[in-house]
Amino acid sequence: MEIPYTVAERPDTGLNNGKIGIWLFLASEVMLFGALFATYLMMRTGAAVWPRGDTILNVPLATVNTIVLISSSVTMVMAWASLKRHDFGKFRLFMGITILCGFGFLGIKAFEYAHKFHEGLLPSKNTFLAIYFTLTGLHGLHVIGGMAVNAYLWGPGAKLWKTDPEHFTNRVENSGLFWHFVDLVWIFLFPVLYLL
Amino acid sequence: MSTTATEAAHAPHGGADEHHDHGDHAPLGFLRKYVFSTDHKVIGIWYAVTGLCFLFFGFCLVMLMRWQLAFPGRALPWIGHLFGEARMPGGSMLPEFYNELGAMHGTIMVFLGVVPLAVGGFGNFVLPLQLGAPDMAFPKINLASYWSYFLGGVTMLASFFVPGGAAQSGWTSYAPLSVLAGSGQTMWLFGMIFLITSSLLGSINFIVTTVQLRAPGLSWFRLPFFCWAQLVTSFLLLLAFPPLEAAGVLQLMDRLAGSSFFMPSGLVVSGQAVAYSGGGNPLLWQHLFWFLAHPEVYVLILPAFGIVAEVIANNTRKPLFGYKIMVYSLWFLGFMSFIVWAHHMFFTGMGTTMAAFFQTTTMIISIPSVALLTSLIISLWGGSIRFNTPMLFALAFLPMFGIGGLTGLPLGLSAADIPLHDTYYVIGHFHYVVAPGTLFALFAGIYYWFPKATGRMMSDRLGKLHFWPSLVFINGIFMPMFIVGLAGVSRRLFDGGASYDFAQPVLHWNRFMSYSAWGLALAQIPFIINFFWSIKHGKKVDDNPWQATTLEWAAPSPPPHGNFTTPPEAHRGPYEYSVPGHPGDYTPQFLAERAS
Repeated sequence: MEIPYTVAERPDTGLNNGKIGIWLFLASEVMLFGALFATYLMMRTGAAVWPRGDTILNVPLATVNTIVLISSSVTMVMAWASLKRHDFGKFRLFMGITILCGFGFLGIKAFEYAHKFHEGLLPSKNTFLAIYFTLTGLHGLHVIGGMAVNAYLWGPGAKLWKTDPEHFTNRVENSGLFWHFVDLVWIFLFPVLYLL
Repeated sequence: MSTTATEAAHAPHGGADEHHDHGDHAPLGFLRKYVFSTDHKVIGIWYAVTGLCFLFFGFCLVMLMRWQLAFPGRALPWIGHLFGEARMPGGSMLPEFYNELGAMHGTIMVFLGVVPLAVGGFGNFVLPLQLGAPDMAFPKINLASYWSYFLGGVTMLASFFVPGGAAQSGWTSYAPLSVLAGSGQTMWLFGMIFLITSSLLGSINFIVTTVQLRAPGLSWFRLPFFCWAQLVTSFLLLLAFPPLEAAGVLQLMDRLAGSSFFMPSGLVVSGQAVAYSGGGNPLLWQHLFWFLAHPEVYVLILPAFGIVAEVIANNTRKPLFGYKIMVYSLWFLGFMSFIVWAHHMFFTGMGTTMAAFFQTTTMIISIPSVALLTSLIISLWGGSIRFNTPMLFALAFLPMFGIGGLTGLPLGLSAADIPLHDTYYVIGHFHYVVAPGTLFALFAGIYYWFPKATGRMMSDRLGKLHFWPSLVFINGIFMPMFIVGLAGVSRRLFDGGASYDFAQPVLHWNRFMSYSAWGLALAQIPFIINFFWSIKHGKKVDDNPWQATTLEWAAPSPPPHGNFTTPPEAHRGPYEYSVPGHPGDYTPQFLAERAS
């Protein structure tokens, strides 16, 4: 039994199943982070004093992290484009760099967290730190999730390239859409938490 | 033209002998075929059976509560001693245990009973068949969705056994009470995260399947109303559940990491300042919770509308009245359900401006609900109605949902809501929507699609023996709640109001309601017997026993893995019953047009 339109596009919708699926998933993710950003607004407007992010958080490190994550989004696109040009070697390279950038991002984030813990700046201290840890923690989990999928596609999942290259390319594209979303969330998080 | 009639009579091509030669795949082992199957029908049946078990369990919880309400403080013979000294010392119930039962009854009924049965069960089983699809778009994700639900259920059940027992802060888990509650609440939150993941996976699957896997010729306005209802429901699940997940994460942070999202400054409990830094807002929880939970109300009711519409069109032998209006109403309802949530919160002192906004949206959302109900009632007009069991349940749904909806109007206006808030009136209102409303529709669906799932009919006589007592008893439970509620009795009282003077004149209703609840339990016995007996011994029927028009009846009963023996095609709208000029009173969608 074959499920129709897993790879080919359905003529009247112009989309395959996976593409709609990932966009729907991202829509629900928008609602998830939307609710947390709304929480940020409610905490901040309800607070008597609210610290400027840069007085507590490390802006230079976060700037580096922003660059790392945006670069990984670029290499993600290049990994996908390499598959479109049937260059599997380049795909491996760019996907590898994307995953390494993910590790870089998490490493810097872990360093920041450790520093905060060391100084006793914990979620229990005030609502600014609480929302900071919740938002960046949940975002970090998304980074790990995206990396796991990318690592699967880089490693064991790449077997599909031999049997069904178009299907594999679609998978990389969908994984890329998620990765860009994770990147986009960070682009909102960085100014909201660190700069404002 | 006469050929159409013969075609219609023989329309269910295939039949029992063709079941086996569809196997174009290797035979699967027992586990892969029945437990970890990716077949949407197996998953649907698992969902439905698990959901029914949880409904029964949730009902048992409330029957225990009804003992305490009918006879406050009196020891419950035999059963009472089973719960141990920590919960029912000497057989009489402690308030903590009562709270545990109340919170878990709500949670289990809504998240583990009705939604899994209505969406997971019926949606999974019927939707791909009605679309003429071989399966869901993502069969493995479908399997993951079921097991995530299952894990959520296990977590909820396990929470009864942690120190301090299960969650006790109501199904709404209002902060700060829930933040300060025992570890059962943490289990509740983890359970909810599993359930939210499950519904996320399910809803993506449903939407993609509906958009992509419609059979050739099945254009949007040829979709059966059931499919529309499932589609809108899926959008609600997709977009409304994530804020509750966010809220769950925040409450976990408060409970485990000691943050203060929901903990206000200067909170004092039992004369002691709590060890939280404060600065949070308990109302934030209510906003996030109701942002889910109001759309959730429509998640509970829309699939029921879908089922009732199918059953009514089939058994009146008429097209649905106002099919397009109903579809537009559905979408409008789905959209509006996102902007009415704060009508649950008039009591929080939100101010008249905000209250005016949410009252207005609430009054507006009643319009499409009324359009749906009215269309279904007018659909009966002039039909030659077949009063079989599914139709009886579907017909009872109409006035029952009507009572539930109309009694909701005063609650949507803040001036009327404030005296009624948190009284038994509210309980009566939403139970009329969900219990004799949705649950009756779900029973209609079980009786209606049982022959598709098993190839056998359920007994009509036992079905009627199930229906009539259920209808009487369920009204016996919920109708008096309006009286008790209007007298001002709060829904949360452990003794049902016995310790309050003002409640004395209505107190006798508590026993009446409890006897009705136990009667309702007895009335389910014919259903349980019927369900199991009919699987093996029900009357064997052909593929289209109800002479229905939609595509699921083109598949063999039970449909094999992959569903259809020949790929179906839709040639017309979903409810071509009694078309003038056509011989026979139904023309199935899958019947090819004949050049006449």
